[in-house]
Amino acid sequence: MRYLPLTDTDRQEMLSVIGASSIDDLFVDVPAEARLSGQIEGLPDHASELAVERHMAALARKNLSAGEAPFFLGAGAYKHHVPASVDHLIQRGEFLTAYTPYQPEIAQGTLQVLFEFQTQVARLLGCDVANASMYDGSTACWEAIGMARRITKRGKALLSSGLHPHYVSVANTMAKFTGDVLEHESPTLDAATDIDALIASIDKDTSCVVVQYPDILGRIADLTPLADAAHAVGALLVAVVTEPVALGAIKAPGHMGADIVVGEGQSIGVGLQFGGPYLGLFACKQKYVRQMPGRLCGETLDASGKRGFVLTLSTREQHIRREKATSNICTNSGLCALAFSIHMTLLGEKGLRELAVLNHGLAVQAADRLAQVPGVTLLNDSFFNEFTLILSKDARDVVRALADKGVLAGVSLGRLFPTAPEIGNGLVVAVTETVTPEDIETLAKALEEELA
Amino acid sequence: MTMLKEGRPTAPQAVNDADTIPATATGNRALMLEEALIFEIGSTDTTGVDFADAPKVASRLGNLARTDGIGLPGLSEQETVRHYTRLSRQNYAIDLGLFPLGSCTMKHNPRLNEKVARMPGFADIHPLQPQSTVQGALAVIHELAAWLVTLTGMHSVAMSPKAGAHGELCGLLAIRAALEARGDARSVILVPESAHGTNPATAAFCGYKVEDIPATPDGRVDLEALKARLGPDVAAVMITNPNTCGLFERDMKTISDAVHAAGAFVYCDGANFNAIVGRVRPGDLGVDAMHINLHKTFSTPHGGGGPGSGPVVLSEALTPFAPLPFVEKQGDGFALVEEETADEHHASSFGRMVAFHGQMGMFTRALTYILSHGADGLRQVAEDAVLNANYVLRSLDDVLDAPFGGSGPCMHEALFSDKGLADGFTTLDIAKGLIDEGFHPMTMYFPLVVHGAMLVEPTETESKAALDQFILALRSLANRAKAGDEALKGAPYFAPRRRLDETLAARKPVLTWTEPALAQAAE
Amino acid sequence: MSRYFTDEHEWIDVAGDIATVGITDYAQEQLGDIVFVELPAEGTTFEKGDDAAVVESVKAASDVYAPISGEVVESNSALEDEPALVNSDAEEDGWFFKLRIADASELEGLMNEAAYKKFVASL
Repeated sequence: MRYLPLTDTDRQEMLSVIGASSIDDLFVDVPAEARLSGQIEGLPDHASELAVERHMAALARKNLSAGEAPFFLGAGAYKHHVPASVDHLIQRGEFLTAYTPYQPEIAQGTLQVLFEFQTQVARLLGCDVANASMYDGSTACWEAIGMARRITKRGKALLSSGLHPHYVSVANTMAKFTGDVLEHESPTLDAATDIDALIASIDKDTSCVVVQYPDILGRIADLTPLADAAHAVGALLVAVVTEPVALGAIKAPGHMGADIVVGEGQSIGVGLQFGGPYLGLFACKQKYVRQMPGRLCGETLDASGKRGFVLTLSTREQHIRREKATSNICTNSGLCALAFSIHMTLLGEKGLRELAVLNHGLAVQAADRLAQVPGVTLLNDSFFNEFTLILSKDARDVVRALADKGVLAGVSLGRLFPTAPEIGNGLVVAVTETVTPEDIETLAKALEEELA
Repeated sequence: MTMLKEGRPTAPQAVNDADTIPATATGNRALMLEEALIFEIGSTDTTGVDFADAPKVASRLGNLARTDGIGLPGLSEQETVRHYTRLSRQNYAIDLGLFPLGSCTMKHNPRLNEKVARMPGFADIHPLQPQSTVQGALAVIHELAAWLVTLTGMHSVAMSPKAGAHGELCGLLAIRAALEARGDARSVILVPESAHGTNPATAAFCGYKVEDIPATPDGRVDLEALKARLGPDVAAVMITNPNTCGLFERDMKTISDAVHAAGAFVYCDGANFNAIVGRVRPGDLGVDAMHINLHKTFSTPHGGGGPGSGPVVLSEALTPFAPLPFVEKQGDGFALVEEETADEHHASSFGRMVAFHGQMGMFTRALTYILSHGADGLRQVAEDAVLNANYVLRSLDDVLDAPFGGSGPCMHEALFSDKGLADGFTTLDIAKGLIDEGFHPMTMYFPLVVHGAMLVEPTETESKAALDQFILALRSLANRAKAGDEALKGAPYFAPRRRLDETLAARKPVLTWTEPALAQAAE
Repeated sequence: MSRYFTDEHEWIDVAGDIATVGITDYAQEQLGDIVFVELPAEGTTFEKGDDAAVVESVKAASDVYAPISGEVVESNSALEDEPALVNSDAEEDGWFFKLRIADASELEGLMNEAAYKKFVASL
């Protein structure tokens, strides 16, 4: 077995040091009836590297990867070009095979990255502080709702109809157990978002309003009036960003009054990977930092007076507060945070803005071209790199039919909102820098055929 | 007031031995290079990425264009590579040497796993693609699930939890849903004092009151005390097995039977599954739910603090309540069961825990690891992990106090305490001394039930030569700490940083970088 | 004014119907460097034994219980900026909060300084 270095001679020598005659002697505390005498049945034995690679490659080939087809899916996960150096750097063993930086003297690499990451995220989202990351956008969103409850000591959250339906599902699952009351409705096919309706629903029992920006249909709205309305009754505004590249082009939620801004950071540096691992972003106003979940890295000095970094404010966390912790979260999404930070450093503000302009430009071109297809209407007045088309028939059937022709057309609202058939003709289309003018033309032609 | 937690010095004494080491103008020391922050060396006008020209279009951004400076510095590609390469060299890692962090299972991360995870067919597929285009991905999830169910002797597995603690949450939510389904509201979860902090945190999050189960002097759950506490208000017992003292809970089956007889469920923290994989099936011990840290037992990389992955194996009683989504074999292919189709045959599910389907990137790595080892290799994994830990225990128990050394063989980790060290010398000093000897320290001050605990988990991927060198280092440090060698209190001397001031960091938190002029103005 | 001590390592100064509460010098020494103190809001009422405040060192968070019942009339805002006061002057400037005493009989049975010293010596 290529990963196990002990030889049989080693094992014998070690057993004699221990004073045991056989390995079985070391398992004496396992009751006899629970001890397996031989190996577990029905499972194959070890295999060579070549054989395993062949098996896995065969499974990989059964998938149609995004790079092989005209590709327009978004809705919470986006295909962007990740520079080659990002993946090279995250595979350095000192990053890849390190543990959580509990021994800061020999983890300054990871810690400095986290400090830089926290600063990058806070600035991108327009907040004072950010943590070292959460599992993904959906769990970060739920944690924000819980944090708003702790701050306001109120248990009713209003979820915008434009919030990603899977984020809503996660929150609903958790709320069943925590007793939070969540108000939410499926979206309607309007060009305007539901901000006015949310403002009308806020009352003195509201802990927070949760709004996605741009929303699940790609619409963008100024959050300032919503923040003002929430603050007027002592409630918080939680903004959710699932496409952080957008913030290279549009105002940051923190600058429009959001108290907590969470997001899915997958877009920057982290590939699609069929949904995980992803990267939960979590930022807030300075005054709420002690109610924040998750790990935090802070600056300090060492005994000789040099600047260094440590994990800090850990009394909020489970390993110290145990049942009184702000969250049971134990890990962050460290390697994904590293990838995000490297990619963001490569981009810099200049590159991020260029990337955002390119995404928006291609998306506008695509929206205008697709809207010319008979049977297609563009829903959005405003959008960044993702918009919703209303088709003349059920979008889910169209998506499946186009997939059979090798075109990955977008995400149907039927897939996202199976219980809202009235919006089933909606198709959410994302257009990033990876889309070519030829891809747009291919999609337009394919839609034309399918809707004819 | 409560003062259950052990204090330890968190602000170092100032050291002043610079006069013996010549300074350099740059602060660098040969291969040990100091590295500034990107905010100090980068600029917002620099980028390491080139893009095609954007089409000229009229903006549709709803008059919300971002006009303020964002403050994100960029570096050229070469500078970026150098920045992160330099930073990486300030980290200890498994790739550098033995990483004996108890309870964390820091074993070698095979590179085939990385190669497989990066195959475009896995790395470059979208979670919402039509299912006909992701049959290979669904097959991976299904195949890994089958291995986990078989290895644990359980009934089913929930694959979507994102990490161990998230898996605990999944298990407890399933238990709570099962109790509610039978109209049996219960309010208490029993957790041993030696448990991971996530256990009580998770139980409290699920709305339960947490009560401690005492341990016997030999480091195991006190069966009689547990039995006495069981009653109609107890929803579940959370037990780590092998436990955090490195011991197998001999009475596990008896405990499970008693818990079931009282109408409650058994949650097992599977963090230490590495010690028994292939030799013991938790299903045979009466476990109802157990999370498996894929980053521990099945060697997906820890990545400096995640991402993890925490599938949860479930008993038949809990299976109907498992979360969505999951993968099911239907005919020749695989289908993803989500909210839409759940009602047909999974109506009792407690719902969704994450946006998509779990940590696919970790599933491909874990399955690759499992296929490489096979059933015979996995059994050898457990045997060698236990052998290595016992070798460390018996090679050191003459110089370090082993509080449960008389309780029989340890499993995959060896536990020592600070008993017998000279006055004023602590576990922390030994840990920092190990850094100078070229090792990552063991887990310190955990479990809480042992004073000054040192928990050593060598794992099966260490050679005897590596273990012998580690033993040599730890023996030397134990002897120095017992002899009162003051120099040890200044360790580490040779790391990129001396001991760091955690008190300062916590009293005046600086969590983001601020331009020096602004920082000064704020003071 | 008289000073009382609890076996939870709190001290209570009583002046009229107002009790000033803090943690003892022994307690601060055990906890190590104090980095944060979470204090109750004015107007909060406590039953004896309720969680009243949290005192944090880097590696530990400890609950401070209300030693007697009463309503909070003031918290020591100086601790917000300078938690180190608890280390440097636990039994004077490092006080936590003042309570309007609800039931003076609860003071009976608490220790005086000599008894507390003896109690600490026995630990």
